[in-house]
Amino acid sequence: MKEAIAMPGGVHAEPGMRIYNQKLGMWVFLASEVMFFTGLIGAYIILRFGAGDWALPGIPLEEGGTPLAINLTAFNTFMLICSSVTMVKAFAAIEHGDQRGLRLFLLGTVVLGAAFVGIQIFEYIKLTHEGFLPACSAELAEIVPNCGLFGSTFYVMTGFHGAHVSIGVFCMIWVTVKAFRGAYTKENHGGVEVIGLYWHFVDLVWILLFTIVYLI
Amino acid sequence: MGWLPGAASTYAADLDRIFYVILAVTGLVFIGVEATLIYFLWKYRGREGRKAAYIEGSNKAEIIWTVTPAVFIVGLAVASQSVWSKIKSPANFPTDAIEYRVEARQYAWGITYAGADGVLGTEDDFTRFNEMHVPVGQPVSFELTSADVIHSFFVPAFRIKQDAVPGLIMRVWFEATEVGEFALACAELCGVAHFNMGGKVIVHPQDEFERWVAEQS
Amino acid sequence: MATLESSAVPLHAHHDDLSFIRKYIFATDHKIIGLQFLFATLIFLLIGGVMALMIRWQLGFPGEAMPGVGVINPKFYNALVTMHGTFMIFFAIMPLLVGTFGNFLIPLKIGAPDMAFPRLNMMSFWLFVVSGIVMTASLFVEGGAAGAGWTVYAPLSAVPQYTGVSLGQQLWIISIVFFGGSSLLGSVNYITTVINMRAPGMTLFRMPLSIWGLFVTAIIALLAVPILAAAIIMLLFDQTIGTTFFLPAGGGQPLLWQHLFWFFGHPEVYILILPAMGIVSDIIANGSRKPVFGYHSMVLAIIAIAFLGWIVWGHHMFQSGMNPLLGTSFMISTMAIAIPSAIKVFNWLGTMWRGNLWFHTPMLWAVGFVSLFTVGGLSGIFMASNSVDVFIHDTYFIVAHIHYVLFGGSLFAIFAALYFWFPKMFGRCMNENWGRIHFALTFTFYNLTFFPMHLLGMGGHMRRIYDPTAYEFLQPLQPMNKFITVSAFLLFMAQIPFVINFFWSLFAGEKAELNRWRDNGLEWTVPSPAPHGNFTVTPTVYRGPYEFSSPEVEEDFLPQDVPPDGGRERAPETVGR
Repeated sequence: MKEAIAMPGGVHAEPGMRIYNQKLGMWVFLASEVMFFTGLIGAYIILRFGAGDWALPGIPLEEGGTPLAINLTAFNTFMLICSSVTMVKAFAAIEHGDQRGLRLFLLGTVVLGAAFVGIQIFEYIKLTHEGFLPACSAELAEIVPNCGLFGSTFYVMTGFHGAHVSIGVFCMIWVTVKAFRGAYTKENHGGVEVIGLYWHFVDLVWILLFTIVYLI
Repeated sequence: MGWLPGAASTYAADLDRIFYVILAVTGLVFIGVEATLIYFLWKYRGREGRKAAYIEGSNKAEIIWTVTPAVFIVGLAVASQSVWSKIKSPANFPTDAIEYRVEARQYAWGITYAGADGVLGTEDDFTRFNEMHVPVGQPVSFELTSADVIHSFFVPAFRIKQDAVPGLIMRVWFEATEVGEFALACAELCGVAHFNMGGKVIVHPQDEFERWVAEQS
Repeated sequence: MATLESSAVPLHAHHDDLSFIRKYIFATDHKIIGLQFLFATLIFLLIGGVMALMIRWQLGFPGEAMPGVGVINPKFYNALVTMHGTFMIFFAIMPLLVGTFGNFLIPLKIGAPDMAFPRLNMMSFWLFVVSGIVMTASLFVEGGAAGAGWTVYAPLSAVPQYTGVSLGQQLWIISIVFFGGSSLLGSVNYITTVINMRAPGMTLFRMPLSIWGLFVTAIIALLAVPILAAAIIMLLFDQTIGTTFFLPAGGGQPLLWQHLFWFFGHPEVYILILPAMGIVSDIIANGSRKPVFGYHSMVLAIIAIAFLGWIVWGHHMFQSGMNPLLGTSFMISTMAIAIPSAIKVFNWLGTMWRGNLWFHTPMLWAVGFVSLFTVGGLSGIFMASNSVDVFIHDTYFIVAHIHYVLFGGSLFAIFAALYFWFPKMFGRCMNENWGRIHFALTFTFYNLTFFPMHLLGMGGHMRRIYDPTAYEFLQPLQPMNKFITVSAFLLFMAQIPFVINFFWSLFAGEKAELNRWRDNGLEWTVPSPAPHGNFTVTPTVYRGPYEFSSPEVEEDFLPQDVPPDGGRERAPETVGR
């Protein structure tokens, strides 16, 4: 019953979009994710501008500069962007039926993603040792304006993003294992495409977060 | 019509008027809709062997009942707007008002008076809890804030309500038109004893008010 | 394709080889999941109802011991107010409409074998169960359940000392996070299913309005619930790890909470009413034996309400201290919602006009919905007016309004839907006479309970106060409070016929025929109850869902899947319109 049926009134009979369910479902899910991060980022913007004074990049910490490690995180951002490139390459490979390329680039994506999470954890440890916490240490609170609020928003936004990357890495490992078992073919590789969508989304959110939390 | 509490401030009557206008409009719509509904239920009750008229709609009818409510609503919005801006807009606050400061806390209203010199922030300021003494026929205005959670300053007879938000300072004004005691209530859930956060606004004749202030200092 | 007589009636029962656990516990069949939601939510509805009675008892007879409960203290009263709202909104009305009827109806009515993601659907239900268990457990922890209202305004909700509740409030938040997950999975499923899995010929504008309502609702929930999730997670951190998002002492903003909450909360209101509107449209067309008046504008009205729902949240905050100019713009956008709402009410009337009304029980409830929703819609205009709102904000006028919309509106629609689709769900019919009695009693006591609340509100009676007699100016209203309380108890008891009818009919009701209400929907072409996989042959849809009393056929209904020639020899051109 899948052939097109001529309908009275000339209405074309085949409903639905020409996208398979998993891909459409992922797009729909990502719409929800956009709103989640909108909630967090919106709160950050309102709190930051409501607070007035804010720690800015480009000036020393003692003069009210940001306690964040900008250079390290810039490198981290670069890695995450690279991982999106490898993801694109992986998808392109399997579209041409290139199994070796798929496996190689998926593996690269996993490694880059895991490294991103690792560096972020390292940064967290470093910052908490310096006393940069939602409840700031007394000395840091003296020099960083609205330190507690900065900490609160910083950890919630980057923390939830980090959790998204971590979940992405685990899913990516799963897809990679499947790829090594030869589960994807030139014709059938929806799993790669769907995880790719998620991955690019998480990457995009990071570029936004990096800009508004670290650079501005 | 006496469902609303007795009105005792200058803008209470304006607010009540809009209330009753909306009541009249919505009341007519209510009666019209329910009467039509009941009439249809009776008139078109099912009968054997009869078939309903096959009607899918009418653009004309739908335009009528889209535009009509829209017109009413624009009218109501315009009418509401003037009173709203009279009560809440800082630009319209009276300039000759007596100043107070009100700080809400769990579960009391702290009302600070300017004292004999009539200026807030000086040494002769004094604070009384849960009793706000004001003169009749003269506008009073105050800064409203909260020490802990959100409360809401509500004097039903004056038709004034304003949330007291910690960390923010709200501006409120009213002018009492009647001498007497009026209930002051907290209208925003503020904790276990929220229900018990009542106070009084005591409206004095002008000379009695001045005497009262003098006695306090 | 000419062989498609009324399609898809299987000749033999479909045998499922699934074990009991796979079939009824960890079910992936959308119909079973719908029923799981039904039974779970009916329990929560009962809990919420009992809480309402306790609240009413305290208001009618302040400080007196309630039989079987004892004296209600202020802290417990605040918990009751909070949890009544929470249970009714998140665990009764929303999952009854979206979980139960969304699941049960969407695939059946669009001609799909199941949801797009059956296993996600199962997860959605079990996340809901976890969420419900956590919320129920919070009633029994030390310190008591959350007591900051279902709107959990910070800072009251953010600092344990302010309410004396810590674990209860945290469990409330955790439960709602799970609830958000459940809602998200449901939304992704519904949206994908409606877009991708419609049967051939089921174009968007041939979908029943119930499906339109559920579809648009799924989109709203998809976009609104994550905002709530983000907000309550920040609130949880304020409660537990010392962040200061909503605490002014640390630079946070209490009003930020209100903006985030109502940015979710007002769309949430439409989550609770749009499916109800859709369901009622279906049932009124059926009961009137007439097409829905102005089907396209009904769809557009649903979309318009959903859209406007995003730009009106500020009307909950008129007295919170917003810029008065913003108050003006929020008043205008809020009042604009009256227009699509009015279109819906008038079009329902138009549907009944010149009909041949069949007063089956679902139709009674649907008519009840129209009459009560009218009251709730009109009373909304009072609070949309920013100046009138100065007085009635946070009074019983609001309580009356929300109950006219959510009880007289949503819950009446839910009862209509239950009586209507019960035969398809369980293969047996509910008793019509008891259904009518249930309706008559509920309608009467409902109005006796909630209408006087408008008058309380006009008298200045604040909401959420433990003891109205603490205020001298409220004491004259106390007889009315007593009257409302007595009516509320009678309203509760009026549900007994329903409960008996429901369970009796489950086991001993009259066996349901295929098409109990002579309806046009695809769900009436499959056996009652429908087998796993729904349709043995994918149905083909030839027309919209409301072809009642069509001049093309002798009967007063024309199912969506009957070919244009109706099985008779007639050229398609003569019937195409």
